[in-house]
Amino acid sequence: MAEPLLAVRGVETYYGSIKALKGVDLDVNEGEIVTLIGANGAGKSTLMMTICGNPRARAGRVVFDGRDITTLPTHEIARLRIAQSPEGRRIFARMTVLENLQMGLVAAGPEADPAELDRVLAFFPRLSERLAQRGGTLSGGEQQMLAIARALMSRPRLLLLDEPSLGLAPLIAQQIFDIVRELNRTRRLTVFLVEQNAYHALKLAHRAYVMVNGVITMTGSGRDLLERPEVQAAYLEGGRRETAATGS
Amino acid sequence: MSPNGATPLALRAVKDAAIWGAVALGLFVPLIALQAVQDIRGELRLETRWPLLVVLVALVVAGSLLNSLVITPWQERRARAAPRPDGSAGRFAAGLGRWFPPFAIGFVTVFPFLALWLVGFQGGLKWIDNFGIQILIYVMLGFGLNIVVGLAGLLDLGYVAFYAVGAYSYALLAKEFGLSFFTLLPLAGILAAFWGILLGFPVLRLRGDYLAIVTLAFGEIIRLVLINWVPVTNGYAGISGIPRPTFFGIPFNASDSGFAAVFGLEFSPIYRSVFLYYIILALALVTAFVTVRLRRLPIGRAWEALREDEIACRSLGIDTTTTKLTAFAIGAMFGGFAGSFFAARQGFISPESFTFMESATILAIVVLGGMGSQIGVAIAAVAMIGGTELLRELDALKAVFGREFDPTQYRMLLFGFAMVLIMIWKPRGLIATRDPSVFLKERKAVSGSLVKEGHG
Repeated sequence: MAEPLLAVRGVETYYGSIKALKGVDLDVNEGEIVTLIGANGAGKSTLMMTICGNPRARAGRVVFDGRDITTLPTHEIARLRIAQSPEGRRIFARMTVLENLQMGLVAAGPEADPAELDRVLAFFPRLSERLAQRGGTLSGGEQQMLAIARALMSRPRLLLLDEPSLGLAPLIAQQIFDIVRELNRTRRLTVFLVEQNAYHALKLAHRAYVMVNGVITMTGSGRDLLERPEVQAAYLEGGRRETAATGS
Repeated sequence: MSPNGATPLALRAVKDAAIWGAVALGLFVPLIALQAVQDIRGELRLETRWPLLVVLVALVVAGSLLNSLVITPWQERRARAAPRPDGSAGRFAAGLGRWFPPFAIGFVTVFPFLALWLVGFQGGLKWIDNFGIQILIYVMLGFGLNIVVGLAGLLDLGYVAFYAVGAYSYALLAKEFGLSFFTLLPLAGILAAFWGILLGFPVLRLRGDYLAIVTLAFGEIIRLVLINWVPVTNGYAGISGIPRPTFFGIPFNASDSGFAAVFGLEFSPIYRSVFLYYIILALALVTAFVTVRLRRLPIGRAWEALREDEIACRSLGIDTTTTKLTAFAIGAMFGGFAGSFFAARQGFISPESFTFMESATILAIVVLGGMGSQIGVAIAAVAMIGGTELLRELDALKAVFGREFDPTQYRMLLFGFAMVLIMIWKPRGLIATRDPSVFLKERKAVSGSLVKEGHG
């Protein structure tokens, strides 16, 4: 395969003197859904934030589309069409759904296309009913959809999804994953997904990585990892029913 | 409330009132009833004020009874009544938003003439100067700070610094170089904006409490510089004899070339006041208009997004550095305009006018009005500043509390009390609803095929 769209090479990130990422290597190829799973505190979100330049990697490189983005400020990284749906959604609570979505156009700069609104809303019919409503009045699932929809407004080349199923009912989480799969299939959207909901995330992913204590310990196709006994023991223990039910 | 009627309610009300009365009595005996007075020989004598004590305790008891017999049952009844449809409050606010601004603008436009017509030249001056101009200065300052605090969500406790920069810029440049008010007005704004950016840089990474403390310090630094840089600012003594604005070159004085003489009118200070009134009115309206326009531009939306969530802003490609700096700069610029107007109106400025109290008042206006709401800010400014002025008028209270009772001395007490009440009833300010800045041109037709049950 050609050069990966996103290449993380030997990245080390610190919080003060605590080493959170201990030399991470990871590839995301164009058109792929890549999932990173791991326990609480493994460094999954840190990796995602490091890709976005906040905090910055102290060692190693992050290369996007052949360009070193390790030291770029966050907003400039976003303008390279790396859209992020951050952990905890972070929608603009007092602004309307429509305003939230329009904020997503900023990253596209002069190429912003207001017509993108209709295309994005086609994936999220629920949101099109709520355009005039304030973001903070949406339900958790709707807020997650809004966060993803907002990220899509800039026609991103890479979508970073940080724990989209967090705190959602299993059925809603399933809907979110379905939408992500649909986006990938119909628009060839490249997705890098960080999840604790290992079962669904691995089922969704073309390829997947497992992170333990700031180190990638396993990699393979999503289906492949699902079968592995170590993964089942650590992340799918108790069978998939419980993993799906706890939704986290 | 218990089902068997009024007796327990009345009983409880009386009990509550008795407790309140006892607490009030206990507090007020040392505080109010006993007063140490110096007599002619300089000795302290203890005087008593029993009637006042009785009045105050009776007020507390009456208030408690009113609360438990009238207000609480009424609130319970209202809460138990059918829950109001969601939109009614919003609809009311939207209606208010539609008809209120034109009405208010119309009123403030004719206000000077209305005042002159109703109370004549003598009384009119007070209404135009003390009420009109004074309130409008704070409306303008409120609008300016509203950009920083209300829209961008950057808590600024040193806003008065920019007011001071504007005032001293005008005063010094007008005295040294003889430039006119309308030349210096934009210049003072630009200088204040420059200081806004200067303040902005070191505080870029700060938010909330930390930002508040640094801006507070900044306000104090500016004030201390004004006090201590005597060769330039003349220190505590301040700058006097600041040139007044002229009517296209015609001064407002009693000379033959003065405004009254040129237009064949009898001389009166009222003309200048009316002129100044319209200047500050125009400035305040420009500020409001610019803010409304900015809110619909990308920068204005970026401010609001910044207030909501800074991290999300950055991940959406918004440059938070420039966003914050522009908020500081534009907010400061309007403060500078207001400052130069203040200097031109007073003719005298000193560091006394730019204390932390001023920043606090302006911030109170913004918070009380409902952060981000222009109408709310205007109403709050009228209430805060107009209320203060109105207290001077309450001579009737002297009949109750004795001759030496001065209502203005209770100003802070009353405002503190009013603010606590408003924050209890309307914790998000008088006008808490936020108007969206974008609307769909037409009602979006959501095709039926998209709205499937349990999908999306």
